Amino acid sequence: MDYTVKIGGEAGQGLVTVGEILSRVFATAGYHVFSHQDYESRVRGGHNFYQIRVSETPVSSSLEKIDIVVALDRASIELHGPELTDEGFLIYDSETLEEKLKGSRYIGVPFKKLATKDGGSPVMANTVATGAALGMLGMDIAPLLDLIEKRFRKKGDAIVEGNVKAARAGYGYAKEHCPECRFLPAPPVSAKVMLTGIEAISLGAISAGLKFYSAYPMTPSTGIMNNLSAMAEKYGIVVEQAEDEIAAINMALGASFAGVRAMTGTSGGGFALMVEGLSLAAITETPIVIAEGQRPGPATGFPTRTEQGDLLFILHTGHGEFPRVVFAPGTPQEALNLTNRAFELAEKYQIPVFVVFDQYLADCQWTYESLSTEELVYKDYRLRGDAFASQKEYKRYAYTESGVTPLGVPGDAPHVVVADIDEHDEEGHIVEDAETRIRMTDKRLFKKLAAIREEIRPPLRYGSESPDTVLVGWGSTYGVIKEAVDALNERGDNAAMLHFSELYPFPARGGYMKVLEDAKRTVCIENNATGQFARHMSAETGYEFALNVNRYDGRPFTVDYILRGIEDAVS
Amino acid sequence: MLSPDDYTIEQKPAWCPGCGNFSILRTVKESLAELEIPPHKVLLVSGIGQSSKLPHYMKCNTFNGLHGRTLPVATGARLANHGLPVIAIAGDGDCYGEGGNHLIHAIRRNINIKLFVHDNQIYGLTKGQASPTSGEGMVTKVQPFGVFSEQLNPLALAIALDAGFVARGFAGDTEFLKELMKEAMGHKGFSLLDILQPCVTFNKLNTFKWYRERVYRIEPEYNPEDRSGAFTRSLEWGARIPTGVIYRNSRPTLEERVPIIKDTPLVRQDFDFKATVEGLLTGLYKT
Repeated sequence: MDYTVKIGGEAGQGLVTVGEILSRVFATAGYHVFSHQDYESRVRGGHNFYQIRVSETPVSSSLEKIDIVVALDRASIELHGPELTDEGFLIYDSETLEEKLKGSRYIGVPFKKLATKDGGSPVMANTVATGAALGMLGMDIAPLLDLIEKRFRKKGDAIVEGNVKAARAGYGYAKEHCPECRFLPAPPVSAKVMLTGIEAISLGAISAGLKFYSAYPMTPSTGIMNNLSAMAEKYGIVVEQAEDEIAAINMALGASFAGVRAMTGTSGGGFALMVEGLSLAAITETPIVIAEGQRPGPATGFPTRTEQGDLLFILHTGHGEFPRVVFAPGTPQEALNLTNRAFELAEKYQIPVFVVFDQYLADCQWTYESLSTEELVYKDYRLRGDAFASQKEYKRYAYTESGVTPLGVPGDAPHVVVADIDEHDEEGHIVEDAETRIRMTDKRLFKKLAAIREEIRPPLRYGSESPDTVLVGWGSTYGVIKEAVDALNERGDNAAMLHFSELYPFPARGGYMKVLEDAKRTVCIENNATGQFARHMSAETGYEFALNVNRYDGRPFTVDYILRGIEDAVS
Repeated sequence: MLSPDDYTIEQKPAWCPGCGNFSILRTVKESLAELEIPPHKVLLVSGIGQSSKLPHYMKCNTFNGLHGRTLPVATGARLANHGLPVIAIAGDGDCYGEGGNHLIHAIRRNINIKLFVHDNQIYGLTKGQASPTSGEGMVTKVQPFGVFSEQLNPLALAIALDAGFVARGFAGDTEFLKELMKEAMGHKGFSLLDILQPCVTFNKLNTFKWYRERVYRIEPEYNPEDRSGAFTRSLEWGARIPTGVIYRNSRPTLEERVPIIKDTPLVRQDFDFKATVEGLLTGLYKT
């Protein structure tokens, strides 16, 4: 079983709710889900869609062909009708759409009429559509009714009942009016855990002891602030909406200096404003985690779409020279792990650590049998309470073998903690002399960087052990490249993937370089125009890719897009 | 009993001889000593400018950060540990120019930060350009035709935003300045203390003499809780310049309103890693 359902409509029509409910129903029924969203920068109107792939085996990317289109508006019929598979169907509201659509693949369902038939409200038309999609797939309706009960319980019995009736009406209508529907759902197994990249980043931060989050709303990072606010009380997190991104990063640094784990999140434009604060984190050696959700620029570009266009900016930005760590998770599970580890490294080395993502990873839903928490760690590196008070003396920037000076919590001991933006002496006071400058640079840059390098893990390998074709990617493209490798191998190719999620410091030369050197063709696949990772890798290792596949239309890769891209690149 | 010497360290100020900053530094130490706040129980946050070097010249917890960003750092530190008094040290360019947006929002939050602005009506560190509080018409190297912009009135701005505590002091009247600093420290909520401070090198207009001829201590019967009256008084500038507490209210502070830190400062709240991870996973299955 491998079906794709696409819900299309205008912003404000509730298509996201339909999508979310269907995904949730599939996952709780015991299927695997992969979904992605496509939306415009507007609250009403335009054209948006929510695409869900459902299967009995794990899936990690979206397909180009659709089995069921739920069209909430006319544009969805025009745009997504042609995407139907040969066995696919499109349902639309036959009551509100003026012309009747011809063709046996287009099934008119009176969404609104069915919703109001038994005294329900017209807003329940979407529940009719949800029920109808489930009916067409031939799946059990019980998980949907359960979810409706849970979701609408707070709104009262009448609302629950109305929606249950609407769901049943749509479900029954579809079963009756689509005898040609031949979908064969696999028998459901156990309920799956489902989460998006942005949820995973939020959970990763909480698992690492995050206590303070300050940010300014900006797509696609806003979800972190929303999630953390929702969980703030339960986990004791202060979330402050800053007046701008400059304030956001400076507040996080203030909180971190005062002794708590702090984070900020933004997108490229907001991060551009934060850059001076990045240098401040570096010279004051204040730990901070920055989540940077890339989106297509320059400037505002495509504000709600996806791109991997900020990599070189994140790697190189910030005036002066200092160490940083850059992670770019490929899946929600990895986003959970790497966000947790971002805090670990930020605190251990007192440096800025980035979690780089994009709209695609932020919004995509993945399912798991269960989430792994094996890699999650927490160790408090601060000098607090009695441990701090019992120190004979304290100098915030005392020279040490490792370059790391324990970070005292101000107020916890009779010692003062002095952090300084200027070049400073061991105590944190302003200096002008050359010798101190050299020693401090050696401390905070070279000594630390050497140790940080040891922490960085090699890229993930997938597919053939000794491949002829190697597809290389980083960040959010993990799932789709993995499936592209499967597709190549099914065609008889001997392919593998190298996926990089720890981007800086660059993983030490190891087995992965040999895989590349021994391959007949290597392809670097990136959701940007200029191949930023390929340039990064070339600068770090001297390696040059034979082929590049780039997508820079603001849309995510599909397996077919990658395969076509490789063919085009070869010819 | 603490004495101002308890805050003294071996750092030689890089200020010009005769600078108003010296008397502000001395007054900060005296105020803290009289309030019995030891050096490790206070945090001074500063930015960039001659004023912002102040924390380096005394013993105290310090975060000397970016130009203009004193208040955001102070806000973060205060939210993380509201058991620690936080004083933000800034200049007129730093706080009213580069960081103007943060001032507006710090006042709106009413976070319990004491903002001491060394207001010398000029840029000292960059050698003599106009600042937001430079008088209209003041001629500088960069404003050879005189300053065209209206002089910023920080007190009127703060009162318009219903700031918790709005006062003006004068570096030439340290006895009164000390009282104002102590009052600001005692106020529960955001406190702006604008300190008139002559720049002996670059501001040839607003000199000690110029201020002395105009500055007066506000009369004891003045009511700082009358907002309209305070606004009117804040507009007084020219022949006479009022110093003292111009406006005060008792709005609740941000720290009191954030439920998460109502009882215990954030930095004192323990983190239970195992329970948190288990809780997160349970939450996932529940939805």
